[in-house]
Amino acid sequence: MLKDITLGQYFPGNTLAHRLDPRTKLMMVVIYIIALFCAKSFVSYGILALFLFISVKISKVGFKSLIKGMKPLIIILIFTAILNMFYTPGREIASFWVFTLTVEGIWSAVFMVIRITLLIMGTFLMTYTTSPIALTDAIENLLNPLKKIYVPVHELAMMMSIALRFIPTLIEEADKIISAQKARGADFETGNIFRRAKAMVPILVPLFISAFRRADELATAMECRCYCGGEGRTKLHVLRYQKRDLLCILLTTVITITVVIVSRFGY
Amino acid sequence: MEPILKVENLTHTYSAGTPFQRNAIEHIDFEVRPGEFLGVIGHTGSGKSTFIQHLNGLLKPTEGRVYFNGQDIWASPTITQQTRFHVGMVFQYPEYQLFEETVYKDIAFGPKNMGLSEDEIDYRVREAAGFVGIMEEWLDKSPFELSGGQKRRVAIAGVLAMNPEVLILDEPTAGLDPAGCESILAEIRQYHRAKGNTVLLVSHSMEEIAHNATRIVVLDDAHIVMDGTPREVFARAQELIKIGLGIPGVTQIALALRARGLAVDPAVYTIEELKQQLLRLKGGEAVC
Repeated sequence: MLKDITLGQYFPGNTLAHRLDPRTKLMMVVIYIIALFCAKSFVSYGILALFLFISVKISKVGFKSLIKGMKPLIIILIFTAILNMFYTPGREIASFWVFTLTVEGIWSAVFMVIRITLLIMGTFLMTYTTSPIALTDAIENLLNPLKKIYVPVHELAMMMSIALRFIPTLIEEADKIISAQKARGADFETGNIFRRAKAMVPILVPLFISAFRRADELATAMECRCYCGGEGRTKLHVLRYQKRDLLCILLTTVITITVVIVSRFGY
Repeated sequence: MEPILKVENLTHTYSAGTPFQRNAIEHIDFEVRPGEFLGVIGHTGSGKSTFIQHLNGLLKPTEGRVYFNGQDIWASPTITQQTRFHVGMVFQYPEYQLFEETVYKDIAFGPKNMGLSEDEIDYRVREAAGFVGIMEEWLDKSPFELSGGQKRRVAIAGVLAMNPEVLILDEPTAGLDPAGCESILAEIRQYHRAKGNTVLLVSHSMEEIAHNATRIVVLDDAHIVMDGTPREVFARAQELIKIGLGIPGVTQIALALRARGLAVDPAVYTIEELKQQLLRLKGGEAVC
């Protein structure tokens, strides 16, 4: 049921991909995305696909889980492809009503699908190999310079980690409530959209109440442990760059530059 | 008598095909006869919650079958849905499932889903409320105004109102004070006596099970390891302790006395029984 949602799920492991500093992984993904948007040909996409393929192999995550995570996004993918196919100006192949199919459109649709697939798989690989806590830690650390201009970086990161922390809890809670209401004969599967929306009330009301109760309890618990923001707070796991982090960033940068150059020459 | 519930070779696997794959229950065979008061005991993670959720079709078996009155409950979606009315389930902390504006409406949710007439619903709501000691004047209140114990009673009444032939209660006393525990258990006992329906009480408290159930099933590590009358189960006290479940206080005393050389039956589990045995040992008749 709800537990099967894999979006952003973390698969623990002990590979190079898991051991890299979360900041490194975050930066690698950013650079990788830049490279994806610079790529304009099969060769350049091929280089990036190969890079992703090797990274996945190293992480031992398995393509099955990556593809499973793609499933909810297929509709967006198809939608983008169709829009690109029909609304790119160029040499006409066929035309009916408001749709005009062009050669350039087909090419751009193909590239767009490849680009989005590679983009999603790359980011999934990061969330699959990095625990949410490590990830927020990395974000907080990378955004630290913004503190100078009074952006509440620590508070934002704390809010993010609390939100992430409670996703599984709320899913579990929702599962329990769904089971309990099903046991009382609630039916969520049949009827038109309005009936189904109404059928959600017995789930949403208890879920909201428990979310507020949890928030309240958590606030009290944090206060009891004298939480008062990020000032002077130390960390249990201090992030430290290793040699491998530098190498990985360098490698990604080199690949990006290669992609840019290859695209420039039109291959 | 034909069993009312029958489970054959039941296995349930969570997260199949991922690194988190594990069997919560494995190859369980099990039967319940009509009218039984059955205790299901096992410590956290023994698979008891997973197990009972198969009995009313909330979880689909990975392997094996579940029969209600001889009918496979997964034969068709309608039958699965109907089974949920015949096998009522009260979850742990059921008060968190309340959602309606009034106590009355919340108790009526189950009967309404069954498609009963207004009169029948009204009768059932009042009857169920009576079993768990909900006052007439609470029925028009919002369930969120009530205290924890009262909320729990409303939630239990919501399941009783469906008049299920089998009632399953998953730790109905969790988090209540001793007086609250006893009064809820007394209400359940009374319901069982009055209706003659089958009751499955899930708990990890030996005392609770010992004083209510006529048959005890012990789950450990995804399997049923014991199944019998309280006397039969408590006779295997050493194994129970090994599993980490503990035994009723009275049984503990009996065991300790036996270790010191007194010839008491170590499988006693009520104060009355132990008293009789000790008096007999003393040689005298009932003096006190």
